[in-house]
Amino acid sequence: MQSSNDRPRGAGGGPESAAGHRAAPGRGHVETAPGPRYAEPRHEDLRYDDPWYDALASGWGESAGPGAPEPAVPAMRREPAAEPSRAAADVYLEVQRSAAFREVRSRYRGFVVPAVAAFFLWYVAYVVAATTAPALMARPVAGAVNVAMVAGLGQFLTTFLLTWAYTRHARLRRDRAALELRWDTQELTRGARGGAS
Amino acid sequence: MTGDHQTLALLLFSTFVAVTLAITTWVGRHRHGSAEEFYAGGRLFSPMENGFAISGDYMSAASFLGISGLIALYGYDGMLYSVGFLVAWLVVLFLVAELVRNCGRFTLADVVAARMRERPVRIAAGTSSVTVSVLYLVAQMVGAGSLVALLLGGTSEAARTWTVIGVGALMVIYVSLGGMRATTWIQIVKAVLLLGGTVTLTTLVLVRFHGDVDRLLRTAAERSGHGDAFLAPGLAYGGDWVSRFDFISLGLALVLGTAGLPHILSRFYTVPTARAARRSVVWSIGLIGGFYLMTIVLGFGAAALVGSDAVRASNAAGNTAVPLLALDLGGGAQSTGGTVLFAVVAAVAFATILAVVAGITLASSASVAHDLYASLRRRRSEPRSEVAVARVAAVGIGAVAIGLGLLARDLNVAFLVGLAFAVAASANLPVLLYSLFWRGFTTRGAVWAVYGGLVPSVVLVLLSPVVSGSPQSLFPGLDFQYFPLQNPGLVSIPLGFLAGWLGTATSPEVPDEARHAETEVRSLTGAGAV
Repeated sequence: MQSSNDRPRGAGGGPESAAGHRAAPGRGHVETAPGPRYAEPRHEDLRYDDPWYDALASGWGESAGPGAPEPAVPAMRREPAAEPSRAAADVYLEVQRSAAFREVRSRYRGFVVPAVAAFFLWYVAYVVAATTAPALMARPVAGAVNVAMVAGLGQFLTTFLLTWAYTRHARLRRDRAALELRWDTQELTRGARGGAS
Repeated sequence: MTGDHQTLALLLFSTFVAVTLAITTWVGRHRHGSAEEFYAGGRLFSPMENGFAISGDYMSAASFLGISGLIALYGYDGMLYSVGFLVAWLVVLFLVAELVRNCGRFTLADVVAARMRERPVRIAAGTSSVTVSVLYLVAQMVGAGSLVALLLGGTSEAARTWTVIGVGALMVIYVSLGGMRATTWIQIVKAVLLLGGTVTLTTLVLVRFHGDVDRLLRTAAERSGHGDAFLAPGLAYGGDWVSRFDFISLGLALVLGTAGLPHILSRFYTVPTARAARRSVVWSIGLIGGFYLMTIVLGFGAAALVGSDAVRASNAAGNTAVPLLALDLGGGAQSTGGTVLFAVVAAVAFATILAVVAGITLASSASVAHDLYASLRRRRSEPRSEVAVARVAAVGIGAVAIGLGLLARDLNVAFLVGLAFAVAASANLPVLLYSLFWRGFTTRGAVWAVYGGLVPSVVLVLLSPVVSGSPQSLFPGLDFQYFPLQNPGLVSIPLGFLAGWLGTATSPEVPDEARHAETEVRSLTGAGAV
């Protein structure tokens, strides 16, 4: 599998593959748990295999391909816990302003906003057409199947397609960067808290 | 309905009750009594398990019996419901599931309160969550009552009363003893049963027509007595403009309400990460989508094989279409096959109601204990005592739901469900979306958004033809009907969003940049998520 994010991995990332990604060490790591960050790999993600996920992860999903490498998310990592006296609130502000976080956020919104607008308009158009233009909807297409039937089944189809597109987008373009931001942020907040107490 | 049907159905149903009670005690064995355990089942369910549980929570008897019944009676117009129920999941997947999992702990109020002054926000969100849950709960109890009346033949008042009480008592036992872990397993068992039953019936319908869907549709149109009009919209909602707007209002409520249902939101906390929450939603979209596609086949199948008139004669609202279809598919009323299939369908419908009721009770007891009790009593409460409060709350909510279920037993089930969705979309969704996505949102905006959606939706229902002014109303003798639509969504959902904006615009409070940053960073990365 082509790694879609080709920048050097920080500590604890490990080699990335479909399986390695799913079983990323330290996933679900609880902030309050003591000990080193990546000490305890959780087993839940290994134990349960999700066919939907596997089907998506193994096949034609891996878009970017060798020709079009995914633009790397800029690193927001700095020297962790550099200023221990900083309050946790400042950490979040700092992370929010970092280029890495802004990139994750704009990728999320870049997909979700047009997608929500599209399916919502399509659904409203469908409901309004069904209630106000029954004659149009009754026009036959093939056999007993009419426009209304096609539109209704089309709603099912677009729902499934958008679900697939969203999970693929999130998995390829957001998950890895978000996970790293999560560890970095938790490191920083722990540093901030450690200094305060 | 002959004695055979009843005996077998009651036997199957007793088996389900016994199995679920066994699950409850088995799960309760290792109880730690922590809030994490009680509200979220220890957060260790897999995406697949949670996906099944979510679909179990969502596929109520109203959709199993109600939608296919509506299709059997009104053809295409019944199908509009199933589309709305499914498309709603895109809102949940895109905007809510992952972010809520990352930011919150147990309830909707957790997400909002993280950014705001906690007390007023918790009280507001807790109140609206409990309101939505109780409405939904009453719908399920009423459904259980009518199902029993159908099953036991005749409409024996005593039987209905005892059913409602029995269902209520069982759900209190499940929830207060087993918490989220037992409730989740019950949902999974129920989802498997329901899907199994639906797949069987759908296969039988398709086999009967040799896989020829076109012939199925033509036969349905023929036997409905409406001809081709049966396959196009307009039979149920095509009349005057009031009924058209009513349907648009319902469609809006269905699509926006799901993301505000407390018992759906609380399910995302039972998995370890936001990614697991996303994958559970993908599972549930697959399961729910397949289920609704099959109910469409069942609805048209009932129209084609049983006939719309026979369905209407059995139950004017069409709720008995699927049991009648099962009887026909099995070989008719006197055959063994018919008896068995009928009993299976009836038992599955019972199981469905019981499981949904347990899920909602758990979510609303969480709202009472975690939001309302914790904010109204100012002293710090230990997690242990919060769980104790939640158990008591489950008993209290059970009692309220039993009482209201007995009072409202003549109300239409589908209407009650639509109402619960409308209130959820008006009161819960605006505040949730604003606090996740709007930088300038303030405490006053949050409180106004909740009450600005909750109060209009409830008041508009009170002024609607549902309550007074028409022969089918709750109080046919009185007339204080000033609002023409049965479903308030078209008006109250925009009002909820507007109130949130207005409250924020007029608020002197400066929005807290740091806490907004915390919500935004946590919601998108999962930093600090429990």
